[in-house]
This record gives sequence, C-alpha cells and structure tokens, in this order.
Amino acid sequence: MIPELGHVALIAGLLLSFALATLPIAGSYTARPLWMAAGRPLAFGVFAFVLIAFACLTIAFVQSDFTVDYVAQNSNRILPVYYKITAVWGGHEGSILLWLLMQAGWAAAVAMFGRQLPPELSARVLSVLGMVLIGFFLFILLTSNPFDRTLPFPPVEGSDLNPLLQDPGMIFHPPLLYMGYVGFSVVFAFAIAALLGGHLDAVWARWARPWTGVAWAFLTLGIALGSWWAYYELGWGGWWFWDPVENASLMPWLVGTALMHSLAVTEKRGLFKSWTILLAIFTFSLSLLGTFLVRSGVITSVHAFATDPQRGSFILAFLAVVIGSSLLLFALRAPTVSARSVFSFRSLETFLLGNNILLILIMAMVLTGTLYPLLADALNWGKISVGAPFFNLFFVPLMVVLCLLLGMGIHANWKSSRWDKLLGAWRLPFLTALAVALLWPLAFDHYHWGAVLGIFIGIWVMAASVTDIAVKTRNAKSFIVGLKRQRASYYGMHLAHIGLAVTVLGVVLSTVYSVEKDLRMGAGDSYQVAGYDFKFDGVRLVQGPNYHAFEGILQLSRDGELLGELLPQKRNYFSGGNPMTEAAIDTGLLRDIHVALGEPMERTNPSGDWAVRLQYKAYVVWIWLGALLMAIGGGIAVADKRYRKATAARSVESAQVPGTLAAV
Amino acid sequence: MSRLKLFLPLFIFIALALLFWRGLFLEPQEMPSALLNKPVPAFSLPKVADNHQIVRKEDLPREPHLLNVWATWCIACRVEHPYLNALAERGVPIVGVNLKDDEKAALAWLEKFHNPYRFSLADREGRLSLDLGVFGAPETFLVDAGGTIRCKHVGIVDDKVWQTKLQPLYEKLTTQRWEEFADDLSDSLLSRCQ
Repeated sequence: MIPELGHVALIAGLLLSFALATLPIAGSYTARPLWMAAGRPLAFGVFAFVLIAFACLTIAFVQSDFTVDYVAQNSNRILPVYYKITAVWGGHEGSILLWLLMQAGWAAAVAMFGRQLPPELSARVLSVLGMVLIGFFLFILLTSNPFDRTLPFPPVEGSDLNPLLQDPGMIFHPPLLYMGYVGFSVVFAFAIAALLGGHLDAVWARWARPWTGVAWAFLTLGIALGSWWAYYELGWGGWWFWDPVENASLMPWLVGTALMHSLAVTEKRGLFKSWTILLAIFTFSLSLLGTFLVRSGVITSVHAFATDPQRGSFILAFLAVVIGSSLLLFALRAPTVSARSVFSFRSLETFLLGNNILLILIMAMVLTGTLYPLLADALNWGKISVGAPFFNLFFVPLMVVLCLLLGMGIHANWKSSRWDKLLGAWRLPFLTALAVALLWPLAFDHYHWGAVLGIFIGIWVMAASVTDIAVKTRNAKSFIVGLKRQRASYYGMHLAHIGLAVTVLGVVLSTVYSVEKDLRMGAGDSYQVAGYDFKFDGVRLVQGPNYHAFEGILQLSRDGELLGELLPQKRNYFSGGNPMTEAAIDTGLLRDIHVALGEPMERTNPSGDWAVRLQYKAYVVWIWLGALLMAIGGGIAVADKRYRKATAARSVESAQVPGTLAAV
Repeated sequence: MSRLKLFLPLFIFIALALLFWRGLFLEPQEMPSALLNKPVPAFSLPKVADNHQIVRKEDLPREPHLLNVWATWCIACRVEHPYLNALAERGVPIVGVNLKDDEKAALAWLEKFHNPYRFSLADREGRLSLDLGVFGAPETFLVDAGGTIRCKHVGIVDDKVWQTKLQPLYEKLTTQRWEEFADDLSDSLLSRCQ
C-alpha cells in the first residue's frame, strides 16, 4: 500500500509540474497576476509530493519490503538500519528520486526566498524549473520507477546494498553532489527567464549570483567527499582516477567556477552579458550530460549504474530538448551589440576573461578525454582508451597558468590598473612564494623541482590573497576596523582562493613525497617506512553485522613511542561478491598513514604471511581541507548582505518590466 | 552576421548529440564481437617479464581458457583482479593481454596483487587488442581448446558474471566439443556472449 502511495504521489507531482511549467509563464505574458502568483504554491506542492514519495520509499527500505523490486535489489534484512536508509539512493531508481527531491527542493527554495523578485521574472524562473521537473518526473515514472513490485512472487531476502556503498561517506556524497548539479538549474532558469524577458542586465547577474554560489559550494563538497571516499574506501590510497563519473562531476564544477567569475563581471561592470548567459546554460547542461554519460552505458566506468538503452534514449531526448531549445533561444535572443564600456589590458576584466578561457579550456580537455573513446569508436578510428597520462598532461600546465593568473589578477582594478601598482603588488607575494618554494622541500628526504614549482604556485595564490587583505586594511584606523569595512563576499572570495592553494599544496606534496611499500609480513615482522615503525601482530577473524573479516593488527610507532594501533580489514560480505579492502588510516594534518591488507600469501593459510601495503601520504588531507575552505568561502560570499537588501531598493526598477516586455 | 555566430554553441551541441545518439547504439557493454566463433587472430608478442621470449598463437593453452585484457592504468582491472586470482586458484587457465602498459608497472602490479595468469602478453601498441576488437580494459574472452573465441565479456568479471555467463560454457567446453552442445544452448546465454 505504501509503495503505491509513493507512486501516486509521483504522478500527482508530475501533474502539478505541468501546471507549474505553464501557468505562471503564461500569466507573465498575458499580465495575469493570479496566474503568476500560482507559481509559488505550485512549487511548494510539487516539493511536498516528491517528499511523500521519498518518505514512502524510505519506509519500504526500513521495513525491508522485498515486494518492491528496488528494495529487494539494494537491501537485505541484516543490513544496519542507517545503511537501509542510505540504500534509498544506492541504486539508479532511488538516486533519480533523490535528484527529483533536490530539484523540487530548489524550486521551492526559489519560491520561498525569491519573494522580492519582480513577479514576471519569478513566474518565468519557476516555470522553467517546472519544465525541468517534468523531464525528471517522466524519466522516473517511465523508465526508472523505484516502486515497481515483484509480485506475485517476492523474494524472501534482498540481495544487499553494494558493499562499496556501505560507508558513512556514501551517506552524504550523492546528496551533496546532486545539490550542486541541481542547484545549477536555478541559475539556468534565471538565464532562460532573462533571455525570454530580453532584460539582460547587471540586475540579472545580481539575482543569479547567490544561487550559483550555493550550488557551487555544494558541488565542491560533493566532489571532495567523493574523492575522500575513493581514498579510504577503494582501498589503495588513490584519490582521483579521471574516471568518467568523476569527470562528469568535475566538468560542471569547472564551468560553474567560470560562471561565478563571469557573473561578477556582468554584475559589477555590465560586461560579458551573452557569455555569462551561455555559461549558465553550459553549467546546467554539463550536469545533465554527466547524468547521461553515467546512466546510459555510453561510456563504461567502475562507478557505472546498471545501464539501459531505454534510459539512455530518454535522457538523450531530454538533453536535446533542454539544451537544444535553450541554445536556440540563446542564438535568437542574446544581445549582439557589444557593451560600450571599454577596459584596458591591465584590468581585472582581462584577468577574469583569462580565468574564463582557461577554465573552459580545461573543461574542453576533460570532455575530450572522456568522450574520445566514444568518438573514435563511432568514427571507426579504432578502439582507444584514454587514461590518466592524457589528463595530467593537459590539466597540470593549464592549472599552473590559471593559478599564476589568479595571483596576478587579484590585485588588478576594474577598467584599468597602473603597471607600477600592479608590479608593486606582485613583488612581495612573488618573493615569499619563491623563498618558501625553495626552502620547503629541504624539510623532506629528497629535493624535487616539481615540488618547488608546485609549492611556488600554492604559496603564490595564498600570499596574493593575504597581501590583498593587508593592503585593503592598511588605511583604516586599526586592522580590525579595516577588516570590518570589507564585505562578506570579499572574505568569501579570499577564503576560497586560499582553499584552492591548500588543495594545490596537498596534491603536489602528496604526489611527490608519499612513500608506498608493498610487503610480505608475518606475525612479529617489523618494517620502517618514512621514519614510522610498523609492527605486524598477525591477523584475526572479526564479525561484522553483515560480513566477516580478516583484521590485521599493526602497531604504529615512531622513535620508540607508540602512536596507535591500525586495524585494516579484508571483508567478505554474506551477500557474496568480491572481498572488500577496508584500509586503516591514521590521519594527521601533515601526513596520513594508510595501511591496507592484501591477500594471504598462501590462500589456504590465513594465519600465515600476508601481503600488506604500507603508505605514508604526505599532506594528503590538505586536498580535502582546501576543498572544504573553498566551499565555506562560497557559503560566506553568498551570505553577503547586499544580495538581500539590494532587491528592496530595486522594486522601482522592476516595476518597469511589463513596459519593456510590451516593447519586446 | 554576429547573430549567426551565436548559433555556434547550438551547432556544436547538435554534433555532440548525434555522436551520443550513435553511441547509444554502439553499446560498449554488448558490442557484438566480429570474432565470436572465429579463431583468435594470429599474434607474435613478447611476454611480460621476459622480453626475449616471443609467444605466438600456437602457445595458447590447448584447453578451454580465458583471455583477459588488463592494464595497470585501468581502475576496473584492480577491482577485477582478486576474482581472477580466485579463478586461477580453482584451476581456470587465464592468459593475460597487458594492453598499452609500462613493463615495470605491469611487473610491479603482478607482484603486488598476485599473478593469476599462466603468462601475460605485452601488447604495447595494442595491435592484438585492436584485432580482438577490444573496447577497453578489462575485457575477457572465453577461448576453447582449438583456439576459437566462444564468449566475450566487456567489463569486470565477478562472481555473478562467471556463474551466469562464462562458467556454464567453460564447463561444457572442458568435456565436450562446441559443436556437440552448441545447438542446445539457450538463446539468452548465447546472445549475452557477443
């Protein structure tokens, strides 16, 4: 009964979405305030129905209702209850339902926080979101219904959630990632509404900025969490694999980052108008494209969901409608007249343009690498696999240039800056970065010029931000007064840039200075890696709720001082499948100690010697710490007061919107 | 003129969409292998670990075996590897095709993760893999005693794939000739083998 209720709620949500997609926008063209005002309650209604459907599926999981096919495939009775709940989005159907929940949630958020928007704009934004919602409702109802029953012969026991997903990181990774993907639909809807209204001005950008920032912050967290999960759960200490699924999340992030910077130019200077609109369309398009690539089976990946050509065709058709029609609208309505205001070569505009070009280049490179095997195959050029070497070859140099530009551009002014001022501002960060870069590698066991370059880049970005804050507070009465004078968005920006620098440092240092040893160890053996002593005390059998495992016991010490016990596991889940490697990690700010248990050297004798992998990962945690700082920076920037109070002052301006509409 | 320029993103997208449309029907998971029921193409490649020893098609095991395409740059192969170890332990002969890989990395991998292969061919330029119609790694072929490809699997071989797809054929092939039982095989099994 409950699953049917969920199914009916989805159908009701679909019907409301049809109303949401048509009524408010029709009202905006026919000047019917009541129709436009309907957008808000309709958005809340859609959200409520999706929430009901989501709750129904969750109940089915908690009650282990194996008459529901999706539950039977992704859960079983002995699964701990918290994993039963996360199993709701552990498979394809449920993750689409989660996506739908987020999509409806964002629409409801726009309805809630967008009260001060001019009614026409608000109506159109909500209608565009309604159209996107229709697509996802149809997708789930026609191809991926999580409420399908297995009646009349339900299985007695379910088959279990993929053990790789039975992990706390998995509880938050998909929701954060989807919050980001779907969040970009809001700025997309704003862009489409702006194109429809022909009102492409700085005001548009100001409204869109906070939404973009929130979505970007979520996506940053989602990607970082996914990478961290891969690091400790996949068991071999890598944190980025250039896997198609990872690339699918990186591409909207790159373009979303470009979009945030371009929106700043549009808001502050009224420039790059068409370009910003195009980026907004691109960002959401790439989010959708990622879903297509992952779920259609067009590209094979370790993460791949069960693939299905019917689903692939549907998503492709959906992509064609959403992206095709918005790009057509863009081609027809984007302003062709370039803005009158000019900027010199030495201006902030130039640097931000450089930022945009580089980010788009990097995205194009990632897209090419991801799609190349498909393209080569379609054109009969042979079968080609693209691996990490290709991506690193392009990604690393482009990132270096991007970071160099960042450190330079942050001191530039709008319109134009004086050479002497720019050079003066660059000198101190340059010298600091150079000094640190030359000295820091001395602290490690070997000197490495790649590390020098990497550290220089990281410190250069960091020092540039610190210098800028120092300069901006210099003329105030006191440092604190000076600090208070700056806006939240200013600090958000610097925090995010410092976060980028921290991530860069983490990547460089962990890549260059990590040590990895694969050893054969028997009980009582000791080994030293990077100054740490590992004593292997053998393997014992432990029992988990739905698995049993061999657990290695290692004493970690340094200079005779015991630091702790590491307990890596090799798990066999009762539901079958490959054994899972659970690494034991001792995390520190400056290094991680990562221990993974391999296989017993003799298969029949688990109490004998084992293959053990000991890793010393220098500064690896900085990679995710930096991402966290970036996300917090994004969040702080959004909290800027001017996004909230600005709208009140603009009500006069917005009153003119119907007039301009008539002219269009 | 400047309006035309704005159509550029749309055109690029249409081109991409056509590619995806084509991609949907390529179905890498079940791309029909032109080589099904055809002999393994002739090759002459060095062994991983021993550059001087050249292996030819005639050196493949004279019994039903698996031909597994792997590489150290392939993440999925790492996931698959423990299962191959288990299969080898059970006595299933496996020959590796090490695709476009670095010799040292490949050796280190085999040492690190255990070597389930009778031997691995160093297919550095990917010629053999190309002839086999390999889409990516990992990919596994079931080859009979006479050197003819009887089944193909794209992606990771795990317990489920082995039990439902490869094992039924493998076990029959160990006792009977293909022609003796091929007609009795279910269509669903055969169609999955392509």
